[in-house]
Amino acid sequence: MAIEIKDLCHIYGQDTIFEQYALKNVNITIGDGEFIGLIGHTGSGKSTLTQHLNGLLKASSGDILYNGESIYKEGYSMKTLRSKVGLVFQYPEHQLFEVDVFSDVCFGPKNLGLPQEEIESRAKEALSLVGLDESFYKQSPFELSGGQKRRVAIAGVLAMKPEVLILDEPTAGLDPRGRDDILGLVAELHKNQGMTIILVSHSMEDVAKYVSRLIVMNHGEKVYDGTPKEVFRHYKELETIGLAAPQITYVVHALRERGIPVDEDVTTVEEARDEILKLWKKEESTC
Amino acid sequence: MLRDITLGQYYPVDSVLHRLDPRTKLFGTLVYIVSLFIADNLFAYAAAALFLVTAIYMSKVPVKFMVRGLKSIVFLLLISVSFNLFLTPGTPIFKIGFLQMTWEGLKFASFMAVRLIFLVLGSTILTLTTTPNQLTDGLEKSLGFLKKVGVPVHEVSMMMSIALRFIPILIEETDKIMKAQMARGADFESGNLIQKAKAMVPLLVPLFISAFRRATDLAMAMEARCYRGGDGRTKMKPLTYARRDRLTYLVYLMYAAVVILLKVLL
Amino acid sequence: MGIIRAVNLMFDYIRRDEESEKEEINHALRGVSLDIDEGSFVAILGHNGSGKSTFAKLMNGILLPSDGTVYISNMKTSDEEHLWDVRKTAGMVFQNPDNQIIGNVVEEDVGFGPENMGVPTDEIWRRVDQSLEAVGMTAYRLQSPNKLSGGQKQRVAIAGVMAMKPRCIVLDEPTAMLDPNGRREVIRTVHELNRQEGITVLLITHYMEEVIDADRVIVMDEGHVVMDGTPKEVFSRVKELKKYSLDVPQVTELADELKEAGMDLPDGILTIEELVDRLVPVLKKERA
Repeated sequence: MAIEIKDLCHIYGQDTIFEQYALKNVNITIGDGEFIGLIGHTGSGKSTLTQHLNGLLKASSGDILYNGESIYKEGYSMKTLRSKVGLVFQYPEHQLFEVDVFSDVCFGPKNLGLPQEEIESRAKEALSLVGLDESFYKQSPFELSGGQKRRVAIAGVLAMKPEVLILDEPTAGLDPRGRDDILGLVAELHKNQGMTIILVSHSMEDVAKYVSRLIVMNHGEKVYDGTPKEVFRHYKELETIGLAAPQITYVVHALRERGIPVDEDVTTVEEARDEILKLWKKEESTC
Repeated sequence: MLRDITLGQYYPVDSVLHRLDPRTKLFGTLVYIVSLFIADNLFAYAAAALFLVTAIYMSKVPVKFMVRGLKSIVFLLLISVSFNLFLTPGTPIFKIGFLQMTWEGLKFASFMAVRLIFLVLGSTILTLTTTPNQLTDGLEKSLGFLKKVGVPVHEVSMMMSIALRFIPILIEETDKIMKAQMARGADFESGNLIQKAKAMVPLLVPLFISAFRRATDLAMAMEARCYRGGDGRTKMKPLTYARRDRLTYLVYLMYAAVVILLKVLL
Repeated sequence: MGIIRAVNLMFDYIRRDEESEKEEINHALRGVSLDIDEGSFVAILGHNGSGKSTFAKLMNGILLPSDGTVYISNMKTSDEEHLWDVRKTAGMVFQNPDNQIIGNVVEEDVGFGPENMGVPTDEIWRRVDQSLEAVGMTAYRLQSPNKLSGGQKQRVAIAGVMAMKPRCIVLDEPTAMLDPNGRREVIRTVHELNRQEGITVLLITHYMEEVIDADRVIVMDEGHVVMDGTPKEVFSRVKELKKYSLDVPQVTELADELKEAGMDLPDGILTIEELVDRLVPVLKKERA
């Protein structure tokens, strides 16, 4: 088990009139190698939760275990934790600061106090993982395109060699092509590097295609936790908390209401196509 | 810590004080500050306290909220109080080593503390009841005469108002970039002064870049909304003195008279 | 003749090196001609770098074309003397909600445009009241913009433009930085303004679901207009849209794939209801 979150609470402005629960009794267990989508609208607590996982925020109460050890234990090294649980912030390109791409990616491993050789080999590996070749190494990060900048920033976290990678809205502000590129890259990291991945998003449609488990947050609480199919069964409740299931889910339910026996768990365009064609063929043959 | 500063924060309620002309409030704050430096006896401070309490009461801003603003000056307060306590020559109360506390020191230090607290509360009332825009409008108009000698009063007040608008945004941004760099193992706390200064580079460079980007965007947005300097502009909230402003000036006059009288008489 | 007319627009971004020699020329627009009718709701789609944002900035003289002309209600944007009239006529809303709000209080920000235009005080208040009402932000008029959500900030920005009484609003990716709630909020507001106030809307975006209710959809790629028509017409060309790296709503994609497999469905299905209404009779033939 990679991460266990136990009864986690986070209260902003404790003991003042502004006191507010940002997280309320959250319990989640995340296994090694899982690919998770963490969904919620702005202010649902999803970003606050992720910042607890690498110790940037401290819980008001509750506990987080990383590989079985409490991160709040006396003497627990936050630096090590942060290298194991990599966190890519929203608009991560806003953190770039070095003169060239390569030095920027080196920043993380350098902070870990690694020998120069190791730093450089990690930076090279990280950059190749995000698909940037040597021609980019000496370029200024500020002259790249939006999508490329974001890749550099992700490489900056990958160079720490994390076991768990958390990405907060990694596709924000990108166009459809940029979005597909980044999500494809993340899926590859999961498949080829065996990384545990937590993808934070407010878009069900984007995430559903990739992840094997969805966790839905609302008002600082976990409301659903299961496979995308299980979670989308609650499409009506999801709507009341300001989230929408993929369009396909609505098509399927509308068809079922009109008496067409489509499988309720169909969530992607491909599945829907196959399912409808199957019914259609059956219909044709009975003619 | 930056979030605790109430100085410069507007508290949106409707009160007589909120409706006063910003120039009236600016002048009042000035009168009050001067009065605090004139006051040198208990009665004068009592008058100042009365003036302050009345103002706080009329502002409808919760006292709790106002007192929070004092948190930011606790340190300053402690230093000045202890300096005055121990370094004022006079009749000693007690002595520890070379430090001695004197009656004069005690008196001086308490006046000093009261003065500082009143000063901060007084100016906090101004900013809590006046929107930054009104404040800059008030300054712009009060200092309008400087335009004749070539001081760009409108531009400066526009800059102040924009700065006020972006300070909270940039504070939030600083927090975010700091966290993002910490997630990459950056350490902003340990090390000696030089190491600490060096550690600021990954924070400051992105912050500056972001500030420049925002500035460019904002300039474009302002131009798109027909901004072209102060000439030919009209005001949504032009400053005009009402009856309540004239009354308030009368109150100032009386207050000033009392404080001066107390100084002369006692 | 439309309220916005672009005639053979070209725009080049020129990067210069330190000796200010031309180093790189990026042709953002390569001959765009468009005529937009007053009162219509027009959406411009395209991936990043397609030239759509450059096009938006040419509409009110923030950028001037390298070649060609933009007419806003028959005024050339490149005429110095008309510049402020052009900006009054074609208001602009930008992508980043934080970077376009100038005022420290919502109502004061909305009044900023009219103040610059020299509108008398009473009239400014009337306009601010109306504009805030029109975008549904009256309840927040005394708030600090920093306390609002992204969608609310964009609505304030729209109100700020409305207060200038423009005949047309150009929105340059106003939803790119918002969450789904904020996005819906902004798009609904813009549609209401278009319907109720008759304002011409030019919405630049890359989200497909935002354009299905537009009167006209224009797709840009590599600085050219490559598709132009009603949403139905444009969305019936699924393959082509994908070629320009654009998304298609899931329903449209599903309908297209089913059609490909031989089912009898019309082109350009855009809504869930439409698709379901078409599918039910096909799948229920026997039982019916």
